[in-house]
Amino acid sequence: MSNLTLEAIELTRLFGGREAVKNVSFQLEKGEVLGFLGPNGAGKSTTMRMLTGNLAPSIGTVKICGIDMIENPKEAKALIGYLPEMRPIYKELTVDEFLTIAARLHKVPSKQIKKAVEIAKQKCGLSHMSKRLIENLSNGYQQRVAIAQAIIHNPLVVILDEPTVGLDPIQIREIGQKHSVILSTHILPEVEMVCDRVQIIDKGNLVFHGSIDELKQHRQGNKLMVGFAKAPTVSALKDIEGVIKVEKAEDRMYRIHFKNKQSPADAIVRLSVKNRWGLYQIAPDQTSLEDVFVQLTEKKQTN
Amino acid sequence: MILNIARKELKSLFASPMGWTILALLMALLGNFYLTGVNKYFEVMSGAVRPAERVGVTIFVGQTVFGIARYIMLFAVPLLTMRLISEERRNQTLPFLFSAPISLTEIVLGKFVGLIIFLSILIVYIFMMLITLNIWSDIDFGYLIANSFGLWLLLGSFSALGIYFSSLTKQPIIAAILSFISLFALIFLESMFASDPNHWFAYVSLMKHFQSFSRGMIDTSDLIYFFLFISTFLTLTIRRLDAERLRG
Repeated sequence: MSNLTLEAIELTRLFGGREAVKNVSFQLEKGEVLGFLGPNGAGKSTTMRMLTGNLAPSIGTVKICGIDMIENPKEAKALIGYLPEMRPIYKELTVDEFLTIAARLHKVPSKQIKKAVEIAKQKCGLSHMSKRLIENLSNGYQQRVAIAQAIIHNPLVVILDEPTVGLDPIQIREIGQKHSVILSTHILPEVEMVCDRVQIIDKGNLVFHGSIDELKQHRQGNKLMVGFAKAPTVSALKDIEGVIKVEKAEDRMYRIHFKNKQSPADAIVRLSVKNRWGLYQIAPDQTSLEDVFVQLTEKKQTN
Repeated sequence: MILNIARKELKSLFASPMGWTILALLMALLGNFYLTGVNKYFEVMSGAVRPAERVGVTIFVGQTVFGIARYIMLFAVPLLTMRLISEERRNQTLPFLFSAPISLTEIVLGKFVGLIIFLSILIVYIFMMLITLNIWSDIDFGYLIANSFGLWLLLGSFSALGIYFSSLTKQPIIAAILSFISLFALIFLESMFASDPNHWFAYVSLMKHFQSFSRGMIDTSDLIYFFLFISTFLTLTIRRLDAERLRG
């Protein structure tokens, strides 16, 4: 067996004739953190429900370490931990009771249950909450309980749907060291902090698939936001080497597009000092996630 | 695995006051009927002079208690079954069970077994209560055992039907009302067809099959009826949950 822990092959899911997910294929390697991005209603949760066997795909297969989810659901499900968007916790139980049940249902041998519960609590920072009713915990702690539930049986693949309310990125990284992780979110900085690889889904189509650096490049683009107290003319800025286009943004701010790897930042600063333009702000112009989506989806269409 | 789910169900029943309250209330009610049964026995029997009019104390008190128990349970069981699946659906906890390495059959059977264990506690209590008659008289244990067994099967059927209705909806209350109405219909089908006792409609009635047990007799054809009734509704429940996975 290779290092692949999860394979999605041409997944398609129809809801009453409408395709919620179209022909999505991807792979996950051991110890990798894969970020799953997309606007609301793009098909992230549907894909995750198919990966975990909560929803049967209309076409396509899911394989966990080579085991087919549809043919051998029990064996495949034993290898994954899943945290759905709405956290599945029984609020009338205490943290210990709930995690014990979770361990039992995931077939942790009865002698190791106690230990497994301790480890899961420790990983999620819940050790001091053992005897509390889940109902009485704060929102963030409830989310931690839900995550503990997903990793209690030490699964090979952990699938987290919008998990970041309760966990800080460092904790997700820690989980990623021992398990392969797929996590979905629509907050871009979060992904940049924790993920090795990113894929973006839009209207059921996979529109981007690549490493985190590629995404960063898309995101930062070749743009600078510059603000001057005494603004120069647009043409004066355009004459600087490397500048392609200058747009006037709101209130004495300019958005400067430049050629790849020829940042004019240094030249702008020097000219500003020389000509007393009164430079008060200069920063790379970060595109929002929505803009990245638009860029990517447009690119896909022109291709 | 089935037992693990059953344990989980029992745990959540007893984690809230609900399980305890229901047990206590039911026992208080049935205990009350037991006492009036014993009192009445002396009243009636002191008036009955001819030997043909005399009935044993087991049958007299047993009939009172078991007769009323099935009608009380007609209300109680839907209240217990209603939350089994629909509440999990409403709280979105079903994915927790669906993504664990357990089959749907195990989930449904586990929930059913959990409830049956809870109801068995009640039946054992009723049985023990009636055994106390043995302190001052000789009682017919066979009669009590057949009756308890019959009640057990009847409650099993109530539960299976209740679980099915619980799997149909998101609202526990709707599940309870639906299962109450259909159980009510199934029980009184027989009296509706009293003029024609051999009509097949009357044969479907749950009560008709409970009657042989209440006379102290265990009839295999009635056993099979209850078995089929339970397995039909549990299968329907499994099918229903499976459809959810396929249709989404």
